[in-house]
Amino acid sequence: MEQEIKLLKGNEAVAEAAVRCGCDGYFGYPITPQSEILETLMELRPWETTGMVVLQAESEVAAINMIYGGASTGKRVLTSSSSPGISLMGEGLSYMAGAELPCVVVNVSRGGPGLGTIQPGQSDYFLATRAGGHGDFNMIVLAPNSVQEMYDFIFTAFDLAFRYRNPVMILSDGVIGQMMEKVTLSPALPRRTQQEIARDLRSWALTGKPAGERRNIVTSVQLDPHVQEGVNHRLQAKYKAMRENEVRCESFLCEDADYVIVAYGCSARISRKAVELAREAGLRVGLFRPITLFPFPYAELSALNARGFLSVELSAGQMVEDVRLSVGCRARVEHFGRMGGVIHSPNEVFEALTSKFTDK
Amino acid sequence: MLDVLMHFCPGCSHGTIHKLIAEVIDEMGMESNAIGITPVGCAVLAYNYIDIDWVQAAHGRACAVATAVKRLNPEKMVFTYQGDGDLAAIGAGETIHAANRGDNIVVIYVNNAVYGMTGGQMAPTTLLGMKTATTPQGRDAKLHGFPFKAGELISQLDGVCYFTRQSVHTPAAVRRAKKALRRAFDNSMEGKGLSFVEFVATCSSGWKLSPVEANRWMDENMMPFYPLSKE
Ligand SMILES: Cc1ncc(C[n+]2csc(CCOP(=O)(O)OP(=O)(O)O)c2C)c(N)n1
Ligand code: SF4
Repeated sequence: MEQEIKLLKGNEAVAEAAVRCGCDGYFGYPITPQSEILETLMELRPWETTGMVVLQAESEVAAINMIYGGASTGKRVLTSSSSPGISLMGEGLSYMAGAELPCVVVNVSRGGPGLGTIQPGQSDYFLATRAGGHGDFNMIVLAPNSVQEMYDFIFTAFDLAFRYRNPVMILSDGVIGQMMEKVTLSPALPRRTQQEIARDLRSWALTGKPAGERRNIVTSVQLDPHVQEGVNHRLQAKYKAMRENEVRCESFLCEDADYVIVAYGCSARISRKAVELAREAGLRVGLFRPITLFPFPYAELSALNARGFLSVELSAGQMVEDVRLSVGCRARVEHFGRMGGVIHSPNEVFEALTSKFTDK
Repeated sequence: MLDVLMHFCPGCSHGTIHKLIAEVIDEMGMESNAIGITPVGCAVLAYNYIDIDWVQAAHGRACAVATAVKRLNPEKMVFTYQGDGDLAAIGAGETIHAANRGDNIVVIYVNNAVYGMTGGQMAPTTLLGMKTATTPQGRDAKLHGFPFKAGELISQLDGVCYFTRQSVHTPAAVRRAKKALRRAFDNSMEGKGLSFVEFVATCSSGWKLSPVEANRWMDENMMPFYPLSKE
């Protein structure tokens, strides 16, 4: 198999992955720190090679509804934005979950609230895991911590989106989106042909009603509450299957750890350095990295025997609630994180760890 | 057209417009090639009546949905069906931009001057002086601005190949409307750009008039402000 290695920004890796994973369409609206995704796609001009459609939408509201339309026809569709734009997509995401449509949404998040800052933030954890939009729904949320994962997770996300017929969010951040690393690129997969979509996805996708067969209707509206409740039960069963089958996480030096830092995305990269500093100082500290934020690795985290857990996030403390749910009263759980686009250093994380736990 | 009972009120224009669309699709032999986009509004359940593939869009976003359906499936015949609240208020942005891009879709716009589904509130198209649930004293331009001529606005855009304003309140009007729909659908398959077919329509329930009174009221009040196209 041919292997290609390129030096790419996280955002550029998303664009490369989209073309190579057989994506049919990208629809997005510029916003820092992720505009390179659309810019790179426009440079790559995939419509001349794979036939992938790339369109700059007039807003994030339009973009997510274009995604909804594309997905309704069984296509692999992608959008990306950063925090304020993701807020605008809430209704569309809810419609997609309700109508059971697959798509991938990348959030290269920045600090908020409001227009906030264009600098990195991790304060969209609740938005991604709890409240992507109105109504009872969940999305699988993948949190890459390297440019390679920005690339790889596009493939994973599309697989999951189609397996569950549900939106998948890649929750990245301005650090991962903007930093440059070497990426191993995989050979390009072909796009699904119209015949393949009609053959494999006709049970739900709009391909034009075949003569003499039933029409397909993609909708999220049920006027009869009992019918709607049935839909809700079916959706909940799907989210349960996600919880049971799709948890992904990683640990580093957790076996003997007295203290465990829990961090995802860029904070996991920073915290890994902090763990090394702590080990050099003779402290037994490990790092636990949730890779899926929904489903959260509750069981895997609660199986660790540390005395203290420090949730490190570029936020006022959001994931820390899931850490508390995992650990319960068995151990102390604390949070540390800078906000507003300020990025904590490994030293700051190490100091936070020692001051919150070992000094006492 | 499916053989089911329609949920529309007596004297509502939606049912007749649905029937015309079904006839045109049928005559074009496009049942297996058409994808319709329903709005949020009284026509949300259009998919229960016309026997083709359908997707139900979020309120106002039908044109964005249609843009992607068509661009990803250029061989399909794609159209939206939208009320005046859906298209001209919450969805004005998506409509203008799809039109400006010249997406090869048909936009069917049913202008009944009120929000039918939510109980007859003011729409952007509500006439001055007209009483609605949210303009109980009548629409006052100082308070609510002016009735919105979405069709004229859209027709200015370079991506629009066809704008026509029709109605279905007389047999002659129905015949003209059907011709207009056919032309719009043909345009979309010939890649000419966006075709915009407006219907001046009745909402007997929202207007609180009998079907006969509603037709008369439309003739006397709507037509002068929203004049029909000659053909
Ligand atoms: C985001 C959102 N806002 C508001 C509504 C409520 N709503 C449903 S239908 C409608 C107005 C529909 O009026 P119109 O488009 O004129 O269609 P008609 O019912 O008259 O055919 C409104 C405001 C909604 N469903 N979604
Ligand atoms: S409320 Fe108005 S638009 Fe809705 S079905 Fe009744 S008459 Fe038609």
